[in-house]
Amino acid sequence: MADRVSVAKTYKLYIGGKFPRSESGRVYPVHDAKGRFLANAAHSSRKDVRDAVAAARKAFAGWSGATAYNRGQVLYRVAEMLEGRREQFVAEVAASENIPARKAQSAVDAAIDRWVWYAGWTDKIATVLGAANPVAGPYFSFTVPEPTGVVGILAPQRSALLGLVSVLAPVLAAGNTAVVVSSADRPLPAITLSEVLATADLPGGVVNMLTGRAAELGSWLAAHADVNALDPTGAEPAERGELARQAADTVKRVLAVPEEEPDWSQRPDLGRLRTYLEPKTVWHPLGV
Amino acid sequence: MTSSTLPTGLADATRDEASLRRFLHGLPGVDQVGVEQRAAGLATRSIKKAAKLWAIDTAISMVDLTTLEGADTRGKVQALAAKARRPDPDRPDTPRVAAVCVYPDLAATAVQAVAGSGIEVASVATAFPSGRSARSIKLADVALAVDSGAGEVDMVIDRGAFLEGRYGEVFEEIQEIKAACGEAHLKVILETGELATYDNVRRASWLALLAGGDFIKTSTGKVSPAATLPVTHVMLQAVRDWYTTTGELRGVKPAGGIRTTKDAIRYLVAVHEVAGEEWLTPRLFRFGASSLLNDLLLQRRTQLDGHYSGPDYLTLD
Amino acid sequence: MPAFDYAPAPESRDIANLKPSYRPFIGGEFVPGSGEPLKTLNPATEEVLAEVGTASAADVDTAVQAARKAYERTWSKMPGAERAKYIFRIARLIQERSRELAVLESLDNGKPIKESRDADVPTAAAHFFYHAGWADKLDYAGLGPDPRPLGVAGQIIPWNFPLLMLAWKIAPALATGNTVVLKPAETTPLTALVFAEICQQAELPPGVVNIVPGAGDTGAEIVNHPDVDKIAFTGSTEVGKLIQRSVAGTRKKLTLELGGKAANVVFDDAPLDQAVEGIVNGIFYNQGHVCCAGSRLLAQESVVDELLAKLRYRVSTLRLGDPLDKNTDIGAINSAEQLAKIRELAESGEAEGAQRWTSSCPVPDRGFFFAPTVFSGVQQSMRIAREEIFGPVLSVLTFRTPDEAVAKANNTPYGLSAGIWTEKGSRILWMANQLRAGVVWANTFNRFDPAAPFGGYQESGFGREGGRTGLEAYLHG
Repeated sequence: MADRVSVAKTYKLYIGGKFPRSESGRVYPVHDAKGRFLANAAHSSRKDVRDAVAAARKAFAGWSGATAYNRGQVLYRVAEMLEGRREQFVAEVAASENIPARKAQSAVDAAIDRWVWYAGWTDKIATVLGAANPVAGPYFSFTVPEPTGVVGILAPQRSALLGLVSVLAPVLAAGNTAVVVSSADRPLPAITLSEVLATADLPGGVVNMLTGRAAELGSWLAAHADVNALDPTGAEPAERGELARQAADTVKRVLAVPEEEPDWSQRPDLGRLRTYLEPKTVWHPLGV
Repeated sequence: MTSSTLPTGLADATRDEASLRRFLHGLPGVDQVGVEQRAAGLATRSIKKAAKLWAIDTAISMVDLTTLEGADTRGKVQALAAKARRPDPDRPDTPRVAAVCVYPDLAATAVQAVAGSGIEVASVATAFPSGRSARSIKLADVALAVDSGAGEVDMVIDRGAFLEGRYGEVFEEIQEIKAACGEAHLKVILETGELATYDNVRRASWLALLAGGDFIKTSTGKVSPAATLPVTHVMLQAVRDWYTTTGELRGVKPAGGIRTTKDAIRYLVAVHEVAGEEWLTPRLFRFGASSLLNDLLLQRRTQLDGHYSGPDYLTLD
Repeated sequence: MPAFDYAPAPESRDIANLKPSYRPFIGGEFVPGSGEPLKTLNPATEEVLAEVGTASAADVDTAVQAARKAYERTWSKMPGAERAKYIFRIARLIQERSRELAVLESLDNGKPIKESRDADVPTAAAHFFYHAGWADKLDYAGLGPDPRPLGVAGQIIPWNFPLLMLAWKIAPALATGNTVVLKPAETTPLTALVFAEICQQAELPPGVVNIVPGAGDTGAEIVNHPDVDKIAFTGSTEVGKLIQRSVAGTRKKLTLELGGKAANVVFDDAPLDQAVEGIVNGIFYNQGHVCCAGSRLLAQESVVDELLAKLRYRVSTLRLGDPLDKNTDIGAINSAEQLAKIRELAESGEAEGAQRWTSSCPVPDRGFFFAPTVFSGVQQSMRIAREEIFGPVLSVLTFRTPDEAVAKANNTPYGLSAGIWTEKGSRILWMANQLRAGVVWANTFNRFDPAAPFGGYQESGFGREGGRTGLEAYLHG
């Protein structure tokens, strides 16, 4: 009996809760480390960036306005769905990163656990990073951290899933919405992650996933006036200075990232969460 | 601008613009979170079986069956009137609705079409829905409706004047319209979606009651949000407080956005528990709606037949 | 036109999967228990619901040993991220079985199904969610870089919120790496034993959670067991004092959440209709079986008449009866003893000269019910102003100035909660500063959230549950 011919998947973008093809109509081939063809990924254009930012902005009010508990529940649901697709992710990560299945497995496991870690932060950020301020006077003063807005993320180029999760989850946990440019050469786990997000109660537009070249799309994100913060991790170190200068025109928060892509298996600190938060201080008088 | 039959405290409130302002601003505030929680809590009442059938029939009898389109024709109004007379032709025991609600130029057509049925004709007037015109034109609009035989007039308040704090002007306009209505009942539309706060809804409710409105009505249906449960709670509280103070029963009409039986029953529960069961009559509570009626009829059939019905068994008018 | 009589809309008791007998849960297994079995009643019908095995001194000892073993070998050694996943599982299982738990809770406790369905059970799940998230973040709790668990926690909970109080106790204990021996209340043990099933479904390592039903003597065994490191108790001030005395001089850490006599202070500029809702919620929620109930209404004299008129009308709309009916607002008093206590105190109110008003709502012939009652003209010196009634009885007092409101509100040995109703923000914050209470609600009442610490001043106990602060109760800083 002949082997069954598998049904190949078309990998598309994820914008505003839908899976469109790129506005550009272009694709680029994705190969595994041995040069074998894996798929054609959509080659996102500046107009895809434009659409993605618009979708992220539209989703911001709902996501940032949801209760921290609700955000935590939704993000935890994402972890449950990730677990359900574990085998698929292991295969894609192994193919993308050219690592043995066992190593890919531990990367996927770490990615799921990382997501759970951040899911648990949503309703703890304010208690850990907020404060009641003992001001000298008859006032009650308190400070609460609020999400900064739409965050543009150039995802790590090497770590296709664990790296991606490590940069995306803190943005969401803090209550922001995201436009992500995936790893250019290893985009498949990112697209599969979007399929997880689309089926995990996460409102459309909270995460928008573009496949393509950070070198090409990064400056559109950095210069976009409706983007509030930028994570340049996936950009070439040489390009980051220019991105930061473009971001300066609208006073974007630009995450400080190490020169080389870090070891994502290390437990993160709160740096990423803090970057995407705006502490707000409120004063109110006390009196009869 | 005093109203003669009011208790002293309330009569004083309408003595002049400054008194009116002091009175309205002296009303207790409405806490948004609290009123919304209470409305959501009451909305969990579970109305089943005989109580549900009773509620459906009561709701049908409270419907102001409405068409307010630029494209309305005499034919459309006649169809609406036929529906009002016999909502479910297969089931003649179905109650008829309270009124049909049309634009003033079609009031005469509606009056003729419902003649002898006991169904009222309500007509929107005062440059509905924006209310942006001269007083004389608004009064002429009312006259057209009343002269055509409308028994009920649905006016809109001047939200611009209200939001500017010119309460006296709003008050006087309602009084004048009320006078122009003659025997016709006056429903005062607050357009709560444009008043934005529950405090404003409470103030506008009292303003309309002080000026002689027989009903206070949430919305024109042309502005979103239209009727909501918490807004209706605040208005039901106002008519109850009015009753406690004056002994007079005034009505409430939520309008716009009430499309399902489930919604309608939630409103009836609110009427029952916030205002009181005296208000569970078409004389004191109405639904301004068009598509609600068919859902009520559908659920009525489901209750009586014991199985789910479908929209093809109801008339589309 | 006939009245709008809501037809009965009862939740089916079959959903509770009630079993004829329940057994203690020790070391991951249901065991017979060598104590005298108890019978738990449906307080709405006085019928026996089930027979429940209880834990003798020997059983408590076995449970403590199981907890110790689980603590030493598994739970305290497990990385926080892995503990978290067990606790998340428990949270999800509570959500999945929420309807069953809600019906069972209403059967056993007498509380209205709408409360068990919309408050007790979802909030219990939320507590596990919240604390699951802490399990791998304890170094951020502000207690130092490496806070350590205490060991075996003995926990004793009351009958007013059986599953919710269990969640308040077990969730933080597990998140911080402690293991647990918990005693549910004698009259409401059932949901705790279904929770034990949930621990099994979650594959929680045996011994991490042990449930030992029983009466006061079982509780005393836990309190006095030498191998218990921490006692957490929620219940009466009277028993709290006994426990504090028992553990005095030992190394055991103790937290107590005891009684209250909360003042709910209404100023004349309050949003009156919402204040009425808050007063009703404050005292009639859960039949008034709430330690933080707003049992003393302090109304400004200039508004008291209007407020009372509105309040009486509103209270007259409350529907009392079958706890399983989805339209019931006030269910059954939990036990005959409690009903007798409420009656005795209400009679003292009348005898001492307060004016009694009781809703004319129909009261079922069988079961333990008490119609919602409002006493006006209450003075500070009356018993109904000083003693915790723990029932649907409100005492209304008046005040003239903010200072007088504060003085009267604080004039009690308790200090669990307080309420403030005014549209003036600065007055809210000033009052909140002045009131000697662990929780102050402004323009709302009886709000609970796993992220917000809860607990009392003075004779209302010490230690907090919930929030970052609540973790302190289960950690060495």
